[in-house]
Amino acid sequence: MSAPLIEVRSVSRHYRLPRVSLLRAPAVLTAVESTSFTIRAGETLGIVGESGSGKSTLARMVMAFEKPDSGQVLFQGQDLHALSATELRKLRQKFQMVFQDPFGSLDPRRKIGWSIAEPLRAIGVDANTARRTAEALEQVGLHPRDAEKYPHEFSGGQRQRIAIARAIVTRPALLVADEAVSALDVSVQAQILNLLMDLQDQLGLGILFISHDLAVVAAICDHILVMQHGKPLESGPAAQVLHRPAHLYTQTLLKAAGVSP
Amino acid sequence: MTRRLPTNFVIGGVLVALVVGTAALSLVWTPHNSTQMAISNKFAAPSSTYWLGTDQLGRDVVSQLMAGARNSMSVALIAVLMGGSIGVALGLMASAIGGWVEDGVMRLADLGFAFPALLFAIMLAAVFGPSLGNAVLAIAFINIPVFARVTRGAANQIWTLDYVSAARAAGMNRFAISRDHILPNIGAVIIVQATIEFAVAILAEAALSYLGLGAQPPAASWGRLLSEAQTLMYLAPQLAIYPGLCIVVAVLGFGLLGDGLRDMSEPRLRRER
Repeated sequence: MSAPLIEVRSVSRHYRLPRVSLLRAPAVLTAVESTSFTIRAGETLGIVGESGSGKSTLARMVMAFEKPDSGQVLFQGQDLHALSATELRKLRQKFQMVFQDPFGSLDPRRKIGWSIAEPLRAIGVDANTARRTAEALEQVGLHPRDAEKYPHEFSGGQRQRIAIARAIVTRPALLVADEAVSALDVSVQAQILNLLMDLQDQLGLGILFISHDLAVVAAICDHILVMQHGKPLESGPAAQVLHRPAHLYTQTLLKAAGVSP
Repeated sequence: MTRRLPTNFVIGGVLVALVVGTAALSLVWTPHNSTQMAISNKFAAPSSTYWLGTDQLGRDVVSQLMAGARNSMSVALIAVLMGGSIGVALGLMASAIGGWVEDGVMRLADLGFAFPALLFAIMLAAVFGPSLGNAVLAIAFINIPVFARVTRGAANQIWTLDYVSAARAAGMNRFAISRDHILPNIGAVIIVQATIEFAVAILAEAALSYLGLGAQPPAASWGRLLSEAQTLMYLAPQLAIYPGLCIVVAVLGFGLLGDGLRDMSEPRLRRER
């Protein structure tokens, strides 16, 4: 078995809520509590749970946008939150993210070729940016000529393809997709899921796929982690979680998604 | 579909074009030399030679008003550019770094707000002597906190958007993100604010020159013309009315233009009115 691409070890994250009374200490919200998982190259882990279950906070910690209060996030054996800002910026090309809102994830004032090439510029690649941008566009099923267009000239599904092109242009090892298909029509959802699976086969990507929809997760993931109120409820191979759910909450999610156990 | 321009934008635009056009014209042509005196011609009535007559020293009023427009525009332009650049840079920095840096910049801005411009100008004049340069510095200084606060507020909104997170995920540093994403996306807000501050700067320059802390004789300035005409109010009230009207037109013009630009950049506000 290959070495883990990313290893999340018992991370927790708490937020202090605004103080409402002078006499009482401010309340603390537990966003994520002692959660662990591992993703290897070519694997997809799905994290499911309702809104507020801590999925996105977990994604933000994996992307090193936020520091966990305790626990570690190891990427290819390196603790992301122990790296210096410069070391982390250099490493970022290896793990990229696709966001939920295809309309908010592209700068409206920049041509999409510029946006796709941004991760290349960040790591100081000046040569071949045009060729690599064109390659990335072709990989996601768009035309290299599209690089000269602005985001408003594309549909939601096309924009999500552009966001994926930006995420794969540095040839990362890990892709974090936070509700990446939730804002799309069902038919477009299927196209984007197929695209992600194709890219995974081509590039050997590890994918952390976050969704509230178990039906979507069932379609794409090898392993599933179910979360509720910031705590991991159950995890295991997708077939096991989908067909023999151990927890009542998982059964409810399966029913809501129309996936029969 | 043609979109109707807001009325305040149109009226403001016309007034601003009038004032800026006059100031620009004065660079190459005025009917007479604005500082040339002809005592024998003092208090001349309007005529084809002197369109609005002459003042107590026989100087042509139109030429003085035109030179005053040039003076007001250049002072306002330099002061807003100076104050704006520093303020925008501080606001961007506060928003990009956050934490105690943001708190520090905002408390400094509060301090700046608490300090009246006139008082600051008087202090500068007391230390370095009254001059147009010091007036520009004083007006630039009052602009810094305004721009810092507006920029930081607008920038904080952009920092929460996904395309900024994507730039962070790409490995861009805060400076590059501020330059590439934040500044271009808050440009409209800054331009609107600059237009409104331009009006404030014209008024401040007039006030400082009126008090003798701005333009020094014989340089023409609307504020100085007003203060010179004050003692002649009963003899020649028109000498006070003309520069007063010029100030009103310029301030109203830039104020309306700024409001109009804001309405156009935020259609939601326009509908609510």
